[in-house]
This record gives sequence, C-alpha cells and structure tokens, in this order.
Amino acid sequence: MTRPLLRARDLTVSFQTDGAPVRAVKRVSFEVAKGEVLAIVGESGSGKTVSSRAMIGLLPRTARIEGSAQIDETELIGLRGEAMRAVRGDRIAMVFQEPSTALDPVRTVGWQIREALQAHRRMTRRQAMARAIELLELVGIPEPAQRIRSYPHQMSGGQKQRVMIAMAIACDPEVIIADEPTTALDVTVQAQILDLLHDLRERLGTAIILITHNMGIVADLADRVAVMFRGELVEQGKAEDVFERPSHPYTQHLLSSVPYLGRERPAAMNTAAPKVENEVVLAVKDLKVYFPGRIGSPAVQAIDGVSLELRRHEILALVGESGSGKTTLGRCAVGLLPPSSGQLTVLGQSLDRIKPDVLRALRKRLGFVFQDPAASLNPRMAVGACIAEPMTVHGEGTSQSRRERVRELLEAVELPAEFASRYPHELSGGQRQRVSLARSLAMGPELLVADEPTSALDVSVQAKVLEVFVRLQHQMGFACLFITHDLAVVDLLADRIAVMKSGQLVELGTRQEVLRHPKEQYTRDLIAAVPLPDPAAQRLRQRQRRGAGLEVATS
Amino acid sequence: MRPSKQRSANSALLRYLGLRLALLIPTVLILVTVVFFFMRVIGDPITAAQGGRLSASELEARREAAGYNRPIWVQYFEYLGNILRGDFGIASKDHREITEVVLTNGAATLELVFWALLVAFAVGIPLGRLAARYHDRLPDVSIRTFAVLFYAAPVFFVGLLLKLLFSSQLGWLPASGRATFETRLELGRMENPSHILIIDAVRSGSFDYVVDVLRHAVLPAITLGLLTAGVFIRLIRINLLETVQADYVTAARARGVAERKVVSKHAFRNALIPVVTVMGMEIALMLGGAILTETTFEWDGIGYQLSQYLLARDFIAVQGIVTAIALVIALASFLIDVINALVDPRVRY
Amino acid sequence: MAVVTPPPAPAAAPVTRVARRPGGKWYTKVPGYGLIRTTHGLQRTMLLVGLGLILLFLVAALFADFIAPYDFNQTRYLGVPFGTQQPPSADHWLGTTVGGFDVFSRVVYGARTALAVVVMAVAASIVIGVALGVVSGYLGGWLDRVLVLVTDALYAFPSLLMAIIVSIVVSSGSSSALGGMVSASLAITVIFIPQYFRVVRNATLSAKTEPFVDAARVAGSKPGRIMFRHVLPNVSQTIPVLTTLNASESILTLAALGFLGFGIEPSSAAEWGYDLNKATTSDVANGIWWTGVFPGLAIVLIVAGVTLIGESLNDVLNPLLRTRGGSTTTADEAELVEVVMAEAGDHRAPFERDDAVPPVTAAGDSRAAPGEAP
Repeated sequence: MTRPLLRARDLTVSFQTDGAPVRAVKRVSFEVAKGEVLAIVGESGSGKTVSSRAMIGLLPRTARIEGSAQIDETELIGLRGEAMRAVRGDRIAMVFQEPSTALDPVRTVGWQIREALQAHRRMTRRQAMARAIELLELVGIPEPAQRIRSYPHQMSGGQKQRVMIAMAIACDPEVIIADEPTTALDVTVQAQILDLLHDLRERLGTAIILITHNMGIVADLADRVAVMFRGELVEQGKAEDVFERPSHPYTQHLLSSVPYLGRERPAAMNTAAPKVENEVVLAVKDLKVYFPGRIGSPAVQAIDGVSLELRRHEILALVGESGSGKTTLGRCAVGLLPPSSGQLTVLGQSLDRIKPDVLRALRKRLGFVFQDPAASLNPRMAVGACIAEPMTVHGEGTSQSRRERVRELLEAVELPAEFASRYPHELSGGQRQRVSLARSLAMGPELLVADEPTSALDVSVQAKVLEVFVRLQHQMGFACLFITHDLAVVDLLADRIAVMKSGQLVELGTRQEVLRHPKEQYTRDLIAAVPLPDPAAQRLRQRQRRGAGLEVATS
Repeated sequence: MRPSKQRSANSALLRYLGLRLALLIPTVLILVTVVFFFMRVIGDPITAAQGGRLSASELEARREAAGYNRPIWVQYFEYLGNILRGDFGIASKDHREITEVVLTNGAATLELVFWALLVAFAVGIPLGRLAARYHDRLPDVSIRTFAVLFYAAPVFFVGLLLKLLFSSQLGWLPASGRATFETRLELGRMENPSHILIIDAVRSGSFDYVVDVLRHAVLPAITLGLLTAGVFIRLIRINLLETVQADYVTAARARGVAERKVVSKHAFRNALIPVVTVMGMEIALMLGGAILTETTFEWDGIGYQLSQYLLARDFIAVQGIVTAIALVIALASFLIDVINALVDPRVRY
Repeated sequence: MAVVTPPPAPAAAPVTRVARRPGGKWYTKVPGYGLIRTTHGLQRTMLLVGLGLILLFLVAALFADFIAPYDFNQTRYLGVPFGTQQPPSADHWLGTTVGGFDVFSRVVYGARTALAVVVMAVAASIVIGVALGVVSGYLGGWLDRVLVLVTDALYAFPSLLMAIIVSIVVSSGSSSALGGMVSASLAITVIFIPQYFRVVRNATLSAKTEPFVDAARVAGSKPGRIMFRHVLPNVSQTIPVLTTLNASESILTLAALGFLGFGIEPSSAAEWGYDLNKATTSDVANGIWWTGVFPGLAIVLIVAGVTLIGESLNDVLNPLLRTRGGSTTTADEAELVEVVMAEAGDHRAPFERDDAVPPVTAAGDSRAAPGEAP
C-alpha cells in the first residue's frame, strides 16, 4: 500500500487507580494507509479499544497517554479542546459496538446526523437534512426521507448500526475506527454491515481500523492484521500471512481455538460418543408461548407451534437468531416458563399443570447451564456452596459427602479443589462457566439444557469449556438441548440440529443434513452469513454472496 | 414516518395517557377510603369535636340527626356519592363550606408553591449542573454540603432563622402573613377575586399592593424553595453524572460535537427524564413542606387551614380537604406523565 | 471493553471480607471499620464527620441524665423559678424558654426522644417493609398488585399529613412519654413502610430475573429458600442507604409533628419541634433567638450526620461502581497465559513478565468525570 495515513508509534496508556498505575497498552505501533482495512484483534481487556480511543482522546481523565499518533502530519496525542474536536468526526470517525446505546434515545436520527454534519460543516438546517437523507440512502436505509424522523428505539439493531455508520461517514473522514461494529448484531445482519463497510471502503477510499475479536470478520474484511494480547501488540502482518503462518504462540492458540464451520472436528472433541437410544427424554408438541404485551399493545408470540423430540444421549442443537424463540423453548423445557398451549413432556412427565413438589422432584434429573456465567452464580455464595446447591435443596447426602462430591465435580470440569472456597467474582469467565456446568451436573441429570453457554466467553476460553462439555457428555451420557446462535459451535458437537426463526421451526435434521445440505433458504442464508476464519475461503464466499444480489444490502 | 404511522403513534400516546388517567381512580379511591376509615376509628365527627362539652343524650341526638348512628358502610358510600357531586361537606368549626375553603385557601397555597418552585428551579438546576461538572472537586463539595444542610434543616427552622434575621433584626421584610391588613382588605373588595394575591394586586393596578404582596412572599418562597432546591440539586447531579458516561455522549464527542453541546443537548436532556419522574413524587413533599411553611409564616393556605381543623378535631373538614388534596396530587401526577411523554419519545410511541 | 468496564469486584464484597479477616489490630474489628477502609478522600471525610455527629448525639441521648444540668420539664431550682425567656447565662448556658424551661437541658434530652423514635420507627418499617417487599416482588400475582396499588397511593400522599392523621388516631387519649413516642414512631412507620416496600420490591423484581435465581429454581429450591437465601442478600445492599434516608426523615417528621402541635406533650418528654413552635410563635417577634436556634441546630446537625453517612454509603455501594457479568478479571488472563504457554511447549516465556502490576484489569475509572479527557 501507499504512504501511511494514520500512524501510531509506541503508544502507551496507563490508568491512574487508587493503587499503582495500571498499564493498559504498552508501546503499541501500527499504521494504516488510505483505503486499507487494518484489523486489531484481541480478546476482552487486551487493550485494543483503549489504544484506538487514546488516539482521539476519548479516554477518561485518569488515563495517561505516551507515545505518538499522527494523521498525516498532525500529532494527535496531546491535542486538546477545539483542535481535537476538529479532528473527531471530520478526519477520524468512530463506529461503536452497541448501536442502541450509542444513539441518543431522545433525539431523532435525522437530528443526530444533522448535528454530526453541522459540527464540521457550515450548512443550513435544510441542507443538512437533505444531506442526512442522502447518507441514510447511502447506508441502505429504505425510505430515508421518512426514517429521518424516527427515534432510535423505532429502528432495528441493524438499522441503528447503519445510522451510526451514516454519521461516521457524514463528513468524509479519512479514517473510520469501527469498534466491534457487529458484535451486538445477528449473524445475517452482521454480514450486511460487513458488506456495507466493504462497499464504503471501495467507494470512498476510507481507511478503516476494525477492532474485533472475531477471526471470521478479520478474514472477511481485513487487509492487514495486528494481534494484541495483554496490552501488547504481539504480531502484525498481511491477513493471509497471519492466518497461514501465525508466528506468536498466542496467535497460534487463538487460531486453533476458533471453531470452523464445515471443518473436521478436532481430536479432543471426537471421542467415542454414547449411542443415541430411541427413548424420548424431551417431547415438545405444538408448543406455543405468548408473552402479554404492555397494556394496550398486543401479546408477543415467542413460540408459535413447535414440535420436536430429544432422545436419550443425544445432543440436539437449537439454532436461531435473536427473537427466534430458542431460549424461550429451553426455559419451557425445564419448567421455568409455562407454555401457553401445546404439550411438553420431560422424562415421561407432562409439565401441564404439574404440582410444585412433583416438578421439584423432576428437577433432580434436569440440569441447566446459563449464558452469562457471572450472573448465574449467586455472588454472595462460595463456589462450593453454589455447586452443592442442588444437593442441599434435595437433601442429598451428608455435608461430608456433598463436599466430596463438589471436589469430584470440580475435578471433572478440570478446576482445582480449592476453588470451592472462592467466590464467583474471583474466577475467570471460563472458570465460572465450568463451575456453572459442574453445578448443573451435580445430581447426574438425564437432560441438560445449555442456553448459549459459551457466547459470553472469549474464543480461546470457549474452546476449553466446549472441550470439557463434550468429554463430560460422552462420559455421563446426558441428553442435551444445546441452544446457540453460533453454527460453528454447533458443527463441533451436535448430533441433530433444529433451526428456528420467529418462533417457528424452519428445519430439523442431522448435523450433516442441515449444515451440508440445507433444504430451506433461511438455513442457507444463515450458513452463508457465517464468516469463515480463513481469508481465501471467505473471499470466495463474499464474492458469491455479493454476486447473489444486492437485496441483502438493502433489506 | 408515513401519515398512518404518525397517527398510530399519536393514538398510542393517547392510549398511554388515557391509561394513566384511569389508573388515578384507584389511587384517589384508596386514599379517600384510608382517610375515611382512619378518621372513624376514633369515633364519629361529632363525638370527636364535641366529646367533652355535651351530655351523653345531647350527643346521641346530634349523632342521630347527622346520621352517624347508621352502619359505617352506608356512611362511606354516602360520602363517596357526595364527593362525586362535588359536595365536600361543611366544617363544623367555622361552618365554612369545604369547597370554598379548598378554593380560597388552595389559591394561597398555589401562590406559595409557585414562588417556591421559582426559587427551586433558579437555585437547583444551575447548582446541580455545576456540581456534576466539577465532580468531586471544590464546587461539587460545597454544593453538596449546601444541599445536605438544606435537606437537614427543617423548613420551620429555616423560616425561623430568616424571620429572626430579616424581620426582627434587620426589619427589611414582614415576618408573616400574605399582605398587610389594608392590602388584603382592598383586594378582598375586588370583583371575582382569584385569591392569588399577586394576580389580584396586578389587576388592581396599584404598584404599592404589588410590592406589598411580593415583600410578603419573599421569605416563605425562599424557605420552601430551598427545601425543594436541595432535592433538585441532588437529583440533577446524580443523573447528569450517569448520563455523561453514556455511550451516546461518548459517541457525540467522537463525532466532534462541541463539549458544551454534548452536555446540554445530550446529557442534560436525558438526565431530565428521571428528574421529571421524581418531581411527580416531590409534589407530595412540597405539600408537606407547605403545611409547615404556612404555619411558620401564618400564610393562610390549605395546609395551614388543615392543621387548624386538625387541632380542633374537625374531621368533616379534614376529610374534605384531604380528599381534595388527593385529587390535586392525582391530577398533578397525571401532568407529570404528560411532561414525561413530551421529554421521552420512548413513552410517546 | 476495558475502557467502559468498571472494576470487577463487587464493591460490597471487600467490605465484608475486610471485616472478617482474623487477627490484625483491635480497631479492625470495630463495626464500620471495613466500610471506612473502602472509602477514600472526600467520601471518608463525609463518613467520618457523619459518624462523629451521630456519636455526639448518641452520647447525649444515653447520658442525658449526667450531661443536662436540669430535668427537661424542670422550671425551678431549689424552689426558685428559672424565669422565662432568660438570655444565656452561667446558670442557663443556652437561656430559658417562654415556658421557663432550661434550653440546654431540653436540647440534650431531645436527643433521647429523637433517637428512641428513630430506632423504633426505622426498625419496625424495615422489618415489615422488607418482608412485604421481598414476598410481594417474588410471588407477584394479585397480592402484589393490591399492595403496589395501596403503597403507591400512600406514597403519593404527603407523608407529613398521613403522619399527623395516624398520630391523632393512635394517640387519642395517651399523653405519657412512652405513649407519645410510640404513637409518633407508629405514625412514621406507616409512612415509611411504602418506601421500603417499593425499593425492596423493585430490587426483588430485578433480582428475580437474574440467572442465578433461575439457576436456584432449576436446582429445585423452594420459594422460601430462593427469597431469603438468594434474593434477599442481593437486595439488602439497597437497605443501608434507605435506612439513613429514613432515619433523617423520621427525625424531621417527628419535629414537624411537634411543631404543628401533634407530637409529644412537652411535660412528658423534651422534643425539639415543640420548642421550635414555641420559639416561632412567642419569641422570634421579640428578637429572642436562643430558644429557637439551639433546638433547630440540634435537628440540623443530627440529620446532617445521618445524611452524610447515607451519602457516602451511597457512593460506596453505588450501582455505577458495580459490575454485571462478562467483565474480564485477572483470573481470565492468568488462565490464558497458562494455556498458551503450555501449548507453546518450550521454555521461552512468550510474554514479558517484568510488570509487577497486572496490566489490563480495572482499566477505566468508571466514575469518569463529566469533563472529558484533555
């Protein structure tokens, strides 16, 4: 590429705390040229966001920034007040992770775009509005002249992110920093936003710094990759090179941990699985669930007539995007939510008008793993007490035998026994999720419902949790309803897959059938939208997708 | 938005407001019921008011004449019926019609609350913003100390201090009342007096009357106003501190919006939403404060009048006034809902 | 991400842990020491000033008999009347009232009345309000709806007015010291129950949707255990702040009742509000300041003391400083480093380990100032 446009040299950021100063970013250097996409990759806390925000002075006052960052000849570090304001939005713009919180809820989107324009351009209100409509059109919002009067809460997540991007390109910036721009979005919407960014780069020649933890997105969009770990930049290079020949152990680990849709399962996941038996442990028949709307608004139909069966020893993956009803179905299966109609039979017991004590007895044979390990463990209870909770409430064993069992369970999830006396907040996310898994297995369940058990975790941690999970399933043989939005994870462990959309079952079949030979268009779209962690393969898919029509970009 | 969507948005707003209005009915009903039965726990109004002074047979005769010997449920529903017809009864202490008491003395309270709110907004909002802006630095510390002290000082103590200083010592301002005797006499002679003295004084066209009324309003307004200002300061400070950390504020900054605009157009507007909600509850606090302020300054508002009736154990009057206050609070909280819908589009649609 | 993520440990947790640590100096075992330890700078000053003021009034209340030179309802010494409205002198440090009482003695004994009422009122409203709030919030249904409707109605009503009505109902006939205090505390309790109820119920509603409560339900816990073992401990951190708020409000309400003439009889207990009433009606116009200023100051100081404690507690337990899920801890990194090093296989340390401090956690000060970074 040509002369670098934005250049960071030895960028160091430390935060003043009550104790010693904490260094969040250590001597990081990178550069990006016009029209280039640089991906900064790293896990939560690796300093990737801090280093990018440091450049445009968006860190709290406690931050101390050293080193240099230049756009063309302008030094950014140490720039203050009006001088910094003139850079923000005009030369360097930013797209945030969470479009629903990054838009002011009490202003219309038109107002906010107009504000972005008038911050740097002398424009009349009328001119700004006309330009705002153009911008909305450019980012693919239908009926922009009408939508300009909408408030953020009246738009979908994808539309909100499009509005954020419209604001970012409002003043034709030279660089856009996109901080996890698709993390809060569903995978099909993510594909659209990635296409939009790709398109903007082609058309406007904007340099993009893409901050992400998702290797698939990197493969999709990035020309060059910078890998950050613990505040340091450990590796940097052309995207193909980094994927082909990662040199740093962390990069190697990261790449080996990323599940790859359509590849063979790794050896650790491919142990002898128990044979699926014919006995049905969970039968769902024409299940419907409504949630009453707010007074005066109609009820929300979360599940609209779903039927499926789960057999002993089987892992059935329930896949869908947000709002598909997959989590609702999982919660119904363990009696956390009452169905509105239809039948639900768990381990031969109908949940229809079940008595509380019968349900409690039934729950001895059920387990549930929650999405957010930090929230699903009582912060006021020690890990040991958390794991022992099911045994305690069912009066199982003595306190001595329970302690023994807790030790066994901790060992089973590969955690040291002394963790029993720690509190959840002292553990890492992955460790907490393994504790949560240990708790759900305490009573030796026959049916386990796992609701997005790894989506709150970083990839490298996720791999470990999945590995433990699969090993335990093979050993203990519980049937499992595995709820997730991540098709690559599904490919790792599912026997059968059920695809859901808007409360309905779209497709149900074996893993091979659904992922390799999908029958339904929706399933095909879903699979096509998953970015593969391999630049060459992803380029190919990209071309197919974009060739397939522009309706994706505008829908 | 297409026109049809616009219309549906408006109807959603109307439906929301209609619902809020409907929800006021149980609120008022509960309060009226609680007060009615509380009052009757002690006994009927005649026994309560005349207990020691009449012989047992006389008392009985009076009770029968007034219908207090009937079952309490009958009396309760009769009372509800009267209220629906706008009949709040007649005070036994001074034989004034309660409706008239509520209108004339209520006007006085309204005037006091208006002045006090003026003080509260003028003091509370700028100080709240200043405290948030200089979080944990000297202006914040002094403003917070100020807010704590004014919260901690009972209104009647603040009133007492102000009276001591500006009235007894310096002699600048009158110590009590709403106007001098002759002003009131003159204004009372007007046709259709509004009982809001400042309006009547302006209508009379006499500059002296206006000045007189204003001079009397200064100390009570400061007393009640500072109490409310303390609440405003705390609320605005804490909510601003929260909203200046919001993502949309950072995002606005990242767009190059000037810092002043970021705070006033984004952070402050959003910080107002919870403030408006809490203000609805502050109405009750202000009325409590009004009772005390009115007593301190002999301001013949509804609170002062109510406490006189309470001391005389005139429960017919108390019941009537309390019911009226409940109605006013219900209406005010409805107004707050309307304001809330105007400030927060998420409520509107 | 690091910038926007507040420090990971729940702010409340270190409080208990510091307090529980065995050994150490004796003062580490004083209740509240752990709390003071978690504060710093301005917060600590506020907390210490508040605690000091409360201690002062506590001493006055407990040892009133030794501190006050006269009894609160004494008007003569050795048969000689004090005289009314006497200015401060050697005999009467703060002068005498229009009723011929010694102002200083009444201010000291007033602390006793105030504290007795506060303790009774706050204790009763906490017990009733918290229990109702947890049960109503957790169980929901018609019970919840009715309670919410009733408490909301009561809450919207001027609490002082409600307190007056209740005190008239309760105290009709009773004029003893204890009777007066009990009726005043009852009046205050009635107006506070809705407040605790609302706060605790709302906290329960949000705790109820937390996955750890669902986890307890899936484990088969009974509602009672869930409510009092899982929900209550996680709701209870809202209570200290509310308690300080109510303690100060109950002092103000008690004084207001006294001021309006619905409080405790002056002959049965010393009460600041009553004294202020007498001062307002008969002394101020004559420029007599000592009968009003001192009881008033007593109220201001005790309420300010409680409020300062509340404010600093609020800062310490502020939800802005607490974190929910997903945040990275040092444990995450330690785990990752271990895994990666094991995989790397050889002995070269893949990362610089020269830093004594863990590099990434607690990156942002979540209480970022409203002004931006320069």
